[in-house]
Amino acid sequence: MAGLEVKGVSAVSLEFTNIVVGQVDTVDPHPDADKLRVCLVFDGSTRFQVVCGAPNVRTGMRAPFARVGAEIQPGDGKPFKIKTARLRGVESNGMLCSAEELGLAESSDGLMELPDDAPVGSDLRNYLHLEDVSIELDLTPNRGDCLSVNGVAREVGVLARMPLSIPDIKPVPVLHNEEFPVSITARQQCPRYLGRVIRNINQDVEVPLWMQEKLRRSGMRSIDPIVDVTNYVLMELGQPMHAFDYRKLTAGIEVRLPHPHETITLLDGKEVELSEDTLVIADAEKPVAMAGIMGGLSSAVSRDTTDVFLECAFFAPLAVAGRARSYGMHTDASHRYERGVDHTLQHRAMERATGLLLQLVGGEAGPVTEAVGHLPESEKVALRFNSIERVLGVCLKPSEVEDILSRLGFDVVEKTAAGLQVDVPSFRFDVSIEADLIEELARIHGYDKIPAGQGVSARPRVESSENSLELSRIRDHLVTLGYQEVISYSFIDPKLSKLVTATEESTISLQNPISEDMGVMRTSLLPGLLNSLKYNANRQQERIRLFESGLCFRRVGGVTEQTPRLGAVVKGSLQPKNWSNEHKLTDFFDVKGDVEVLASLGGTDFSFRPAQQSPFHPGQCAELLSTNGEVVGILGTLHPAIERKLGLEEGICLFELELDHLLEARLPQVNALSKFPEVSRDLAIVVKESIPTDEITSLLHKTAGENLCDLRIFDIYQGDAVEKGKKSVALGLTWQHPSRTLGDDEINTVIENCVKALENQLDANLRN
Amino acid sequence: MSGTDTLLAESIQAISAAEDERVLDYLRVQYLGKKGSFTELLKSLGNLPAAERPAAGQSINRAKKTLQNAIDKRRSELVIAALDDRLASEVLDVTLPGRRQGKGGLHPITITIERIKKIFASSGYVVAEGPEIEDEYHNFEALNIPAHHPARAMHDTFYVSPGTVLRTHTSPVQIHVMEKGEAPFRMICPGRVYRCDSDLTHSPMFHQVEGLLVDENVSMADLKGTVEEFLRAYFEAEMPIRFRPSYFPFTEPSAEVDMGCVHCGGKGCRICGYTGWLEVMGCGMVHPQVLTMAGVDNEVYCGFAFGMGVERLAMLRYGVSDLRLYFDNDLRFLRQFN
Repeated sequence: MAGLEVKGVSAVSLEFTNIVVGQVDTVDPHPDADKLRVCLVFDGSTRFQVVCGAPNVRTGMRAPFARVGAEIQPGDGKPFKIKTARLRGVESNGMLCSAEELGLAESSDGLMELPDDAPVGSDLRNYLHLEDVSIELDLTPNRGDCLSVNGVAREVGVLARMPLSIPDIKPVPVLHNEEFPVSITARQQCPRYLGRVIRNINQDVEVPLWMQEKLRRSGMRSIDPIVDVTNYVLMELGQPMHAFDYRKLTAGIEVRLPHPHETITLLDGKEVELSEDTLVIADAEKPVAMAGIMGGLSSAVSRDTTDVFLECAFFAPLAVAGRARSYGMHTDASHRYERGVDHTLQHRAMERATGLLLQLVGGEAGPVTEAVGHLPESEKVALRFNSIERVLGVCLKPSEVEDILSRLGFDVVEKTAAGLQVDVPSFRFDVSIEADLIEELARIHGYDKIPAGQGVSARPRVESSENSLELSRIRDHLVTLGYQEVISYSFIDPKLSKLVTATEESTISLQNPISEDMGVMRTSLLPGLLNSLKYNANRQQERIRLFESGLCFRRVGGVTEQTPRLGAVVKGSLQPKNWSNEHKLTDFFDVKGDVEVLASLGGTDFSFRPAQQSPFHPGQCAELLSTNGEVVGILGTLHPAIERKLGLEEGICLFELELDHLLEARLPQVNALSKFPEVSRDLAIVVKESIPTDEITSLLHKTAGENLCDLRIFDIYQGDAVEKGKKSVALGLTWQHPSRTLGDDEINTVIENCVKALENQLDANLRN
Repeated sequence: MSGTDTLLAESIQAISAAEDERVLDYLRVQYLGKKGSFTELLKSLGNLPAAERPAAGQSINRAKKTLQNAIDKRRSELVIAALDDRLASEVLDVTLPGRRQGKGGLHPITITIERIKKIFASSGYVVAEGPEIEDEYHNFEALNIPAHHPARAMHDTFYVSPGTVLRTHTSPVQIHVMEKGEAPFRMICPGRVYRCDSDLTHSPMFHQVEGLLVDENVSMADLKGTVEEFLRAYFEAEMPIRFRPSYFPFTEPSAEVDMGCVHCGGKGCRICGYTGWLEVMGCGMVHPQVLTMAGVDNEVYCGFAFGMGVERLAMLRYGVSDLRLYFDNDLRFLRQFN
């Protein structure tokens, strides 16, 4: 609970019993099987006949031996018990095991080879120290200091108030004077670089089991003695190291920035062109490593390497940060350098690695060559005692503050009644201001000891305006109208986008989409809604009404527009099928009615006009206009061709509205109620069918006088009773005067004017 | 028997035999109307000797009254009977379903965000929203995440063009608000966020609600109180809540918040990964550098911020087991929230 999260704890091997170090005394062919051998295995007291199929079984080898009665508990499944068995007619009393079978390796292609000095007959669990667990920590990026066993131990020591016991590292004896020159040109990026030549190593050895095991338990694979040693030091001390084949280097090392268009072929075989800010290690000829990230192939060590040049450097975090990622790489070294490696660690790490290497492969170490650039100054940070309470809401005694900080390795260099000044330890890259120290105090003091406060004194600044609607009002209304809200991805298939909205040029594409079909930002909500409609239609849903609200994106004249919209799609019957209704299908006017209700929620005026736009039916599409004539929405029936291309059935209606407009509201201003009676008249006229009724009503609004208070169309008729190509429109008009009763005469005059205007302007006749 | 008595007996019988109100009205006119039998009888009083007239008149009037009573009684009997008949003929099968518009509903993410908004609105938090295509400065630099910061790698950012991203969190909204306004601030920012990551437990688009409070005298204790109060209000449960040190570049100190598992009560189950705890949100004290960059004096003002994943909260609250269900928009899933 101090910031190092335990992600998992796992046993270092499978659970098993009765497995010992066995010695293979004899190996004979199986009389009846080519791939099997019959061996005599000694368990320290008895010899057993064992049939073995491993290719590497040989006389004299030591390997894990599961005696009859042994039990192995696999990670999943039932325990596996070793019994006496007959294999192709030969009795086998026990089993020689591979590392994989014991959970000591991901995979094996033969028996696990134990060292020749492994005591025959001793319990394998004791011998390999298998009563242990690996603890996996999830480290946050600020805690690079804990990216090693040493770092975690240091942190645990602070929490448990225990001293840190560190490996005893002594300088190795220098046996020759050969130095390889090192110079640093990029002094800011590389504050320290240590090199050492080790000659005459013999790689024809096995990496000792203890080292293999420690690496394995730290999640690393054993590769070869040299790589294993550098990895071991990385894990133990947190210092990345690199070994070059000394014979493949020329003249000397220079730490520098690359020349233009310089390339390097990396250890993994990939050739890259180096960007100008990628620090490199170069010899006289060319870059031989990408500093702090990965070595080059040309100077890589191999099994034939006899002389090694060991590198141990401190690269500044900013010189490494982000570089690996820019090449699509991530290595153990770059991970640590990015987060900060202790710049005082290099000499110890060099001696540690040299010592281990000599222990494994022999050879003679030369002197350590050191080049120094701009070494970081030690950071001093001031802490005011009253800031602690201000930020944490809890008061810490100065003595506790000092205790916590000094345990963490911060040296108090100045102390007053008001506060402290401390030196930040070289392994902490995440502390540079007062707030950083306060965080350290909170962490070690314990978050649980900070009291839960009251929240903050209520000082609400609630804003509420009647000049706008809440989106929730619109949503709730749609829900009442039977619509179901959906949420779909903001990025859609470019093909679908083009098909539905036909607005390719203003579409914004993603540079790195998850997949091709999530490649462009939606310019409209309709493609996503149609997708959801299709998804549900394919699942036997007959009546579907969906809506979504959210941003749509367009690039217009180089400017990114992100506008909130509301969209809906409707398919199926007007009402859920019922015992008493006629299962009428939802059509244009049903949906238009819904749009009208939504548009009128805020109390502002609006109108419609015919429109032609994808994806709508050209004869069944209308734009919604605001009072100032701005297009703020569109509705219509889906174009049959698009329906077909999308594999949808007919009869789909859609609308999409600009939310900013929809949310505009009018503050109601009340008029006095008239005490005088209303007068109503009906008017039936016959006009050409092509004349929009909208023209009729707006003409009437103009000519029916200021006292007209209601105008509605109550019937449209086309049929035998009217001339072909014409339609009959029946209108109801109502007038009311605020301060007097309207007389029949004046209404008759108004009606006459209306009829005249209709005749003159729209060629309409009164229906007889 | 006098004529009056005879007439009364006859009329009473006729009345009681009347089948409906129409007949009854007819009979009333027949007997009591201006030309009715009793009126005629009264008129004929003039033929009697003067001495008998008062007694006969009284007798007729008594008979009229009796008859009127009989009519009234019969009328009310008929009204009741007619109503009974009508009611009997109008019986509906009330178990047939009503004629209704189908029920729509809100998406569980909307329901969750609205719920969070409501809880914070009661403490005076206003809702702020911002762009989803965001510049790198507001998404990263202004939040103390410079270009090469390792935390950027954790954000798996979608790029629209160099320097322009799909916001990876809703925190940039807070920066916009702070840049434009004057402290103190108290807001929550709900919205869509994007990360270039897609598998069973990651969706390339998801929703966050971030909260920010900047004021004088705000401490981590206030943050703890606020978060605890919110979680208990949201889950309507008293459960243990703990704060673990963590790291976010834009807060310091930073904390992950765990709460006792709402499914197993802390005993350990599949939902909580057998730990008894659920990680529900991240929070911390706003980094002084973030305040400074947004133009807020960090010596006068202090602040806290918190952020939560809406999908996760909804999953825990409603028992949603698969993240993909949220954006498949399958009506069979969505209707369960209606």
